[in-house]
Amino acid sequence: MSHPDQILPHGRILRYVFHERLVHWIAGFSYLYLLLTGLAFWSPWLFWLAVLVGGAPVARMLHPWIGLIFFYGVIQMFFMWASQMGFTAVDRAWFKSINHYIQNEDEEMPPAGRYNAGQKLLFWGFFFCGVLLFLSGLVLWFPEYIPWNLRALRYTAVVVHASSALLTIGLFMIHVYMGVFAERGAFGSVIRGDVSLEFARRYHPGWYKEIVNSSSTTVPRK
Amino acid sequence: MSQATLRIQKISGHAGSVPGEGTQREPTLCKLIDTTTCIGCKACEVACMEWNDLPFGETVFGNTYQTMPETRWNYWNLILFNEHEREDGTLMWLMRKNQCMHCADPGCLKACPSDGAIVQYTNGIVDFQQANCIGCGYCITGCPFNIPKFNQETKRVYKCTLCVDRVSEGLEPACIKSCPTGCLHFGTKDDMRDLATARANQLRDHYNFPNAGVYDPPGVGGTGVIYVLHDATQPELYGGLPSDPHIPWTVKLWKGPLKWLGNAAMLGGLIGLFVHYLRYGPKSREPEDFEPLEPKEGSQP
Repeated sequence: MSHPDQILPHGRILRYVFHERLVHWIAGFSYLYLLLTGLAFWSPWLFWLAVLVGGAPVARMLHPWIGLIFFYGVIQMFFMWASQMGFTAVDRAWFKSINHYIQNEDEEMPPAGRYNAGQKLLFWGFFFCGVLLFLSGLVLWFPEYIPWNLRALRYTAVVVHASSALLTIGLFMIHVYMGVFAERGAFGSVIRGDVSLEFARRYHPGWYKEIVNSSSTTVPRK
Repeated sequence: MSQATLRIQKISGHAGSVPGEGTQREPTLCKLIDTTTCIGCKACEVACMEWNDLPFGETVFGNTYQTMPETRWNYWNLILFNEHEREDGTLMWLMRKNQCMHCADPGCLKACPSDGAIVQYTNGIVDFQQANCIGCGYCITGCPFNIPKFNQETKRVYKCTLCVDRVSEGLEPACIKSCPTGCLHFGTKDDMRDLATARANQLRDHYNFPNAGVYDPPGVGGTGVIYVLHDATQPELYGGLPSDPHIPWTVKLWKGPLKWLGNAAMLGGLIGLFVHYLRYGPKSREPEDFEPLEPKEGSQP
């Protein structure tokens, strides 16, 4: 594995290098803006959200540009992580025992690697929705340039953009819930980059073994 | 465009009910265009520009008398010229004054996300309020008639207002006022429909146009602009007038079932995650609080 995971002092493991963290937050902050303004355009009941970020006309102007930044993040993530996101037999078993995962019975789960099956699903969900959002977004950016005989493009783009955005919102809610509330230590890992050995052993046993085996460092027991 | 003090019955992108809706009874207004007596003089085009103070742009020559290929943000009224060869070899020169149709069920208004950027008055006029427009262009996608046009400089969308400023003062629209042949009429929808039907009957009974009829498409709930056509079975001949216009089904899906499904899913998801936290809590406390796991050597998934 080429990723420079390494054991740090004080029983920590470096999980995300600086570049990964930076790209994550480029995508993260741009997604937040897209979410607020997108929801404002989505429903009259949420139109006021646009006021929070400078008003709806400004939001309409900036949403596509911020969308480009988000898409850049998605592409970066693809090149950083896609090779680690292939589904394996362990992942299929992981999905089968997802009830244990939901009920916080992590000791019953098949040993996940660096990413568990849910995280891989999140990655591919965001990747494919990101591509769809980008393509449909281009059409919605310049509807006045779509000639009348290609109007089917516009008709398709409005539903594709909304549907894939809704899918990402579902993924986003679970992602934030897991990272901030459910798995303590996960949020810190994408800020400071490291997790505890216990975190790795509990949530990513396969990854933990890999690192411990490849490391010459003595693993502190606690 | 205008800030006319007319009663409103539909508001785009509006949360909740329409203030004052249905408190006053008003007849639905309608423009009748009799294509069989139009001579293509373009007086209506000029009157529209003059009354609405629209800056003139360059015309585009396309081998016909037509001023330009389609309406523009500053050219709301355009006569479409089409030469049609009939089965018996004779030629028909079809002219149709094209402009906003003022649909009873306007696709532009349905697609618009901005509160009050498009309104429909109780008299049926559909009017863009550029002050509330955010320039997203969704109205362009919602319209089945290719009418709303985007201005790159102001980033707003414009179209025919049915001269709402004149109409609210009891005057007829500028195009009607200027028509020298009387092919344009203006009045209540009921009156215009009767007049159109009578003219279509006349064309069928006395002028050898067996397919003459009235164009008032039900797919958009009827329109505030209706046509008398020599051949109502082929409206496409008249510069691509759609035979069965309706709001695109994807726009209906987007603004209908998808909206409710999406809202229910988002709300359900938030509640679900919150309840999950109440029931199961975090997977662990702070990282420092981890208990060492029992090693599970050789355990199988």
